[in-house]
Amino acid sequence: MNYIHPYERPNSYIGRTLPRSRAMRAVAGRGRYTDDINPPRTVHAAFVRSPYAHAKIIKIDTTAAKVAPGVKLVMTGAELSEMCTGPWIGTLTVFENMKAQPQYPMAVDRACWHGEPVVMVIAETRAQAEDAGELVKIEYEELPVVINKDTALDTGTPVIHPDLGTNKAWEKQINTGNVDTAFDEADHVLEETFYFGRHTAVSLEPRIVLSEYDPGTERLTIHTSSQCPHMIETVFATTLGIPEHNVRIVSLDVGGSFGLKIHTFGDEVAATAASMKLGRPVKFVADRLESFVSDIHARENRVHAKIGVMDDGSLTAVQIDDLSGVGAYSQYPRTSVFEANQILNITFGPYKHPNYRAKATVVYLNAVPTSQYRAVGHPIGISVGEFMMDWAAEVIGIDPFEIRRKNVMEDNSYPREIGAGITMKDLSHEACLEKLQALMNYAELRTEQAELRRQGIYRGIGIAGFIKGTAPSPVGYYGAGGARIAAQDATTVKLEPSGGVIVALGVTDQGQGVDTVMEQIASAALGIPMEMVRSISGDTDAVPYGGGTYASRATAIGGEATYQAALDLRREILEIAGQLLQADPQNLDIVDGNVVDAGSETSRISLAEIGRIGHFQLGELPNDYQPVLSHTRRYRLQDLPYIFTNGIHGAYVEVDADTGWIKHLNHWVVEDCGRIINPLLADEQVRGGAVQGLGGALYEHCIYDAQGQLQNGTMADYVTPMAKEMPDIEVAHVQTPTSESELGAKGAGESGTGAAPGVIMNAVNDAIRPLTEGKITEQPMTPEVVLKALKKL
Amino acid sequence: MSEEFITVNMTVNGEKVTKSIPVRTHLVDFIRTELGFTGSHLGCEHGICGACSVRVDGSVVRGCLILAAQADGCEVLTIEGITDTGEIADLQDTFVERNALQCGFCTPGMLMTAAELLAQKKPQSREEIREFMSGNYCRCTGYHAIIDAIETVNDARLKS
Repeated sequence: MNYIHPYERPNSYIGRTLPRSRAMRAVAGRGRYTDDINPPRTVHAAFVRSPYAHAKIIKIDTTAAKVAPGVKLVMTGAELSEMCTGPWIGTLTVFENMKAQPQYPMAVDRACWHGEPVVMVIAETRAQAEDAGELVKIEYEELPVVINKDTALDTGTPVIHPDLGTNKAWEKQINTGNVDTAFDEADHVLEETFYFGRHTAVSLEPRIVLSEYDPGTERLTIHTSSQCPHMIETVFATTLGIPEHNVRIVSLDVGGSFGLKIHTFGDEVAATAASMKLGRPVKFVADRLESFVSDIHARENRVHAKIGVMDDGSLTAVQIDDLSGVGAYSQYPRTSVFEANQILNITFGPYKHPNYRAKATVVYLNAVPTSQYRAVGHPIGISVGEFMMDWAAEVIGIDPFEIRRKNVMEDNSYPREIGAGITMKDLSHEACLEKLQALMNYAELRTEQAELRRQGIYRGIGIAGFIKGTAPSPVGYYGAGGARIAAQDATTVKLEPSGGVIVALGVTDQGQGVDTVMEQIASAALGIPMEMVRSISGDTDAVPYGGGTYASRATAIGGEATYQAALDLRREILEIAGQLLQADPQNLDIVDGNVVDAGSETSRISLAEIGRIGHFQLGELPNDYQPVLSHTRRYRLQDLPYIFTNGIHGAYVEVDADTGWIKHLNHWVVEDCGRIINPLLADEQVRGGAVQGLGGALYEHCIYDAQGQLQNGTMADYVTPMAKEMPDIEVAHVQTPTSESELGAKGAGESGTGAAPGVIMNAVNDAIRPLTEGKITEQPMTPEVVLKALKKL
Repeated sequence: MSEEFITVNMTVNGEKVTKSIPVRTHLVDFIRTELGFTGSHLGCEHGICGACSVRVDGSVVRGCLILAAQADGCEVLTIEGITDTGEIADLQDTFVERNALQCGFCTPGMLMTAAELLAQKKPQSREEIREFMSGNYCRCTGYHAIIDAIETVNDARLKS
């Protein structure tokens, strides 16, 4: 038969905008989030957290708490540590010479950050648990605090973890070509230092676990708000000494994830241990105040950048030096050094530059541990690289589009390596540049900008190109890095007796539309109406083992597994039909849920009939033929560390020179995430991602004082983007399918977050150019930062 | 520290309820845990995020900032209630069609607030809609799709 690829079939589900079934439920208030589940006899956990950034625990008196109303259990960190198989050590073998202090789920004899859990109280209600927590008496002895990353390695600065002998977690260097010679020969050498403020995910649904240990079967079930159910299943099982196959993780609806919810936190392990001890369901929900002092933070970085540029605009050398201030521990099991590593990987990634020297230094601080948050490292690397490109254009006297056109890797030049030594394939910088310039009516915008300046209105135009690492492979960091984190993913596609098809996914859906996208892929591959297909995800008892959703991998990795599994089922259906119809399966096809003669649309047998015969009336098939009707396929990226995507953002802003207020007027994105399965869902990933990036660039900042106290741990004081401040975002695409898979999809979930900070920093600097020699090199770009650049503060 | 209880009477989603509850129970906790209407969500519990927005005697309030006891004798409507009455069926359909939600956790609160805007029955610019919706936090969508959906429904209602 002439097999017609699903993309080429009329009315294919691939490339079609369709609504999400989960959305129907959510708008009616029928979502099922973990806190909506309340099994009988559930008790509730609350935590007493360290009020100090660094303190020795001298004595804990829980006498009064234990007899408070409703209290079922009070547990200290030391008591909990006895239930654990050992401490976590947040290193990966791939990060050579990395040092990390062993960490127990709650502080044992020393608290190392403001907010670290110290004592857990379990009571009949959360309010009772909190009341009893206030009766716990803890005697601390304050220890010296290390909170300034700039001085963390200085002689005389105390060492947080004496066993490590240093506050340095890790250091990495890259040296390609000859940077010094290139700087000597460059017509212009530019250098600048950038500061990025620590921020955090603020998922609207906080972290939560509902842990149920059944002493009868010795099985543990945890309902939780997770992106990576199998990964955390492994962490809970190994930490608490339960066989992994006896642990079930269920994540039904997840109220926002953003990387925060790939992690497992000590308080969640503690609540689970309490369930084992009590033999009852234990629920723990982080309230917003404790989210700010216990959810992972991210992006506390200082980056020094230096570039060499020729008069014709060509970039000849790049040097960057990153200092990352992570928290008190390296977050297990992914570590806290990924951000620094990604900055080295991707900075100046769109551009040809033969000479690259980069260094990352990661230091521990007495602060909340940092780890992976949407678009790890990219907002920093892209902000730095794109600032420098704009500055070079200004110095040389060419347009920002021109300098990028001059330096981007050509669309027909792949595969090729970037400065960090990583192979790029299937990118489209040139096409994206052209598309953006037209999309934003660039020439007209420049005219308008000039006119308004004459009226004393200061508007700025920014652009920022990017590469984004998506869908990591097992050769990069995870399998090879020593952690039990799956970079492969798996899908089972099975034919039910009704003729309906179940698609069981290792990847998960937190609202991106993964379930729907997978239904589209399976329907298209099988040739059946989407109403006949239903996805299952987020339950480790029901789906094949997979990595879950992280690093923009669900469609790129899980999508290919689904596609291949659906094709396997399709082949079997045609084989069975061939037996029943005495036809050569090669001459059969599936169209609209029926097996037909290839090229025809007339049904010869329906899938419902195949399902019925395949499950019940096997006598109609030859004796030696045993139908499977359930096909699992795995997919992993093979030779590359990531499937890189690319694109470019444009922004138009107005700066109030008196108040320093930035009004974001327009935002454009041209994105190449390869083959698009559902255009609307792809666009909304880009839009939502961009606003999350804008939050970090404009407002969001976890502010610590010199004593390591978080100063703004409420939503009133930590400012997130709301509707009023955000612009409409116009999204367009270039589609260059990845050659790494048949489906051709790349990741789409994070690049918006990665590039938005850089583009708005460039736009703001463009706006204030006529007013000052100064440039803004700091995020968040609060009014204070703007006024300082304008020399008004 | 023995718990003090109070008996509250109110009409929630059209049904009369009488419950004895700890005096410190917030309205949204009461609705969720005592009555099982889990559509209203807790995002911050200090009045910023808007996920717990419910309607009390006709006005949208933060369910985390008032005590259940303060709503004694009141008529309370949650997302479940206004779904059943069909009051915002057009808005809900448009939210789905426009994908004006991702994780869905903010959505019930967002819809309660948007319903109040639509009830003004007057033309609204995108800027005005953005301003009105600025008490409801959404981390997923970036707001653009939400504004689109509300604008579409407001315009359609005014036309018909």
